[in-house]
Parts: sequence; structure tokens; C-alpha cells
Amino acid sequence: MSNAVKELLYKMADDALIIGHRNSEWTGIGPMLEEDLAFSSMAQDKIGHAIALYTILHEVLGEADPDTLGFKRTEKEFKSCHLVEQPIGEYDFSTIRHFLFDHAELLRYESLTQSSFQPLAQLAKKVKGEIKYHVMHADTFVKQLSNGNEESKARMQQALNNTWHLALGIFEAGEYELELTSNNIFIGEAELKKRWMEKVTPLLESYGLTIPATDESKIAKGGRKGYHTEYLKPLLDEMCEVTRTDIDAEW
Amino acid sequence: MNTLDPRIQRLNLKREANGETQTNSHLVTYEVFHQEKRGKQAVHAGIVHAPTPELALMYAKEQYGRRGKTANLWVVKTSEVYTFSSEDEDVFETVPEKTFRDPAFYKVRDRIEAFKLKNTQA
Repeated sequence: MSNAVKELLYKMADDALIIGHRNSEWTGIGPMLEEDLAFSSMAQDKIGHAIALYTILHEVLGEADPDTLGFKRTEKEFKSCHLVEQPIGEYDFSTIRHFLFDHAELLRYESLTQSSFQPLAQLAKKVKGEIKYHVMHADTFVKQLSNGNEESKARMQQALNNTWHLALGIFEAGEYELELTSNNIFIGEAELKKRWMEKVTPLLESYGLTIPATDESKIAKGGRKGYHTEYLKPLLDEMCEVTRTDIDAEW
Repeated sequence: MNTLDPRIQRLNLKREANGETQTNSHLVTYEVFHQEKRGKQAVHAGIVHAPTPELALMYAKEQYGRRGKTANLWVVKTSEVYTFSSEDEDVFETVPEKTFRDPAFYKVRDRIEAFKLKNTQA
């Protein structure tokens, strides 16, 4: 059973670390001071979630320490989805990604408050308020831009079209879905995807956006198995640059 | 006194012909009030720029609710806040002298009255 829990924790932690790193790239260049500050704080929260999850992997499941897991693994060992590793692009893409990703995060963490794996249930109870704010911010911002002028509305729709199949890759099934669901550790990716669809579809439609048609063959899969797009490697090289200058240094 | 500052709507501000206060940006300011605990008063904390009250709240959370305890935040559009002109500060000038308005004054007097009453009865 511990392999199943590890699989779940690794993908959650890696998603949080990579999206946190990506969103922190907006720090200092956000569209306005207040938004810059809010987006940076949320990126910081994500890194915090990653550390908390790596800490459970280390302390409860005997994996390496959080610094090693975060900074000393290879690209292939990361189990993050393709959505989070995409470059920040322009603010329309980053905002839509933030919306689609954080709605999935909130539903995931809300369901995990009931997990039979206690360390994860406790963490979920602790941080679900933070993620609730991330979703409130995303909802408010996407609504605002979708109801702005013709240009902003067109750009939000275009960003949604470009991001849809990447976002569906969040729910790529792992090897241990059955074990996780039958032991009440996690509701499973299929159920999570269903809840996410039921949540984001009416919301986006209420903002006047059209949900893109889903083409199963275009869903961005592979991340959960360690296969990534060309964007993860350069991200890791940059993120781990300081650690790699002296791999055994004490910090 | 005319001002372009969107944050200030003075008592004697000359309104523009269209009746709107001038703003120099589509991002108006909101005054933020911070409440530390339920039931405690909301204390003015500062301002945020935002296009809507909803976004103002989102930004207020990260700007003024990021440290210590917070129970709630309020935002009020700055242009909804009416103030005296700073030139009229003299209307408050003699107030500090009126110490009889200090509640402590009455507390002391109550004790003096009680003392007198006690002594006359004795």
C-alpha cells in the first residue's frame, strides 16, 4: 500500500513545486503591484505544499529528505503533469492555468480531508483554506477578464482553448488507482475529473466562455509516468542551479 | 480646492460638469479595514488599487492579511469616503481643552459624590 501512497504524494508534491516555481517567475513583472503580490504569495504557498508533501514522504514513508527530493532528482523522476511545466507565456495563459489547476487542487485536497492516510488528511485540513483563496482569486480574475472588453474576452477564450487538453492531463490515471480508492486513501483521478468538470464547466460558461470540445487523443498524458515536454528540463536546470554547484554543501 | 487625487473627495471639492469625481486611472482605490477578531472593530489598514470590490478584497487579503491574525477584511471605495478639508482642521482646535468630556472626569466625580454622601450620612 505504501507504493500507492507514494505515487499519490509524489505527483501532488511535484505539481505543487513546479507550478510554484513557474508562477514565481511573474514576481516583479506582474500586471500591477497588487496582482504581483497576490500571485507571488500564492506561488510561495505552492512551494510550501510541496515541502509538506515531501516531508511526509521522508518522515512517514522513508524517502529521501525534502531538499534531495526537490533539487536532486532527474527529470524522469518527476511525476508532475504537463500543464504545470509549460512556460508562463502571457498573463492570459497563466491566469487560465491558475484557474483550471487550482480548482482541481481544491477538490483534491477537500476530498483528502477524509483520507484514511492520516498524515495526508491532516495536511489537507490544514491547507485547504489556502487553496480556497487561490480559487477565489482565480475565479474573480478570470471573471473580470472574461467580462472586460472584446480583446480580453477573446484572449481568455483562446487561452482556455490552448490549455484545456493540458489541464485534462492532471487526471492521468496512475498504476495504483484501485488500491487508493478501495483503501479510502483517495477518491481516484476519474472521480476527481468528474467533480472538476461539474465545477469548472458552469463557472466558465457563466463568465461567457465556451468549453472546448474534448479530444481524448489530445489529452496531455505521460507526466505521471515521468515523460515530460521539452520545458521541464530547462526549468529544473534553473531551479537546481545553485544546489548543483556544490551538491553536498550544508545550507 | 480642486484635486486630481482619486483618493480624496474633499467637502468643498468642485465637482466636474458631469458630476463624476476625476480619476486618473481605471483602477480606483479602495480603503482597507482589518478586523483581527470577530466582534472587534475593523481598523483602517491602507489602500489597494483594483477594478472591482471583489478584486479589491482579493488583493486586500494578500496585502493586509498576510501576517498575524485576521478574522475579516472590509473594503470601501475611496470615493465613497467623505472627509473634511485639511483647511478646516481648526474646527477641532479647542477640543483637547474640553477635559470635562473625558469619561474619566465623570468617574472621579462619581467617587467624590459617593464620598460626600457617605460623610453626610455619618
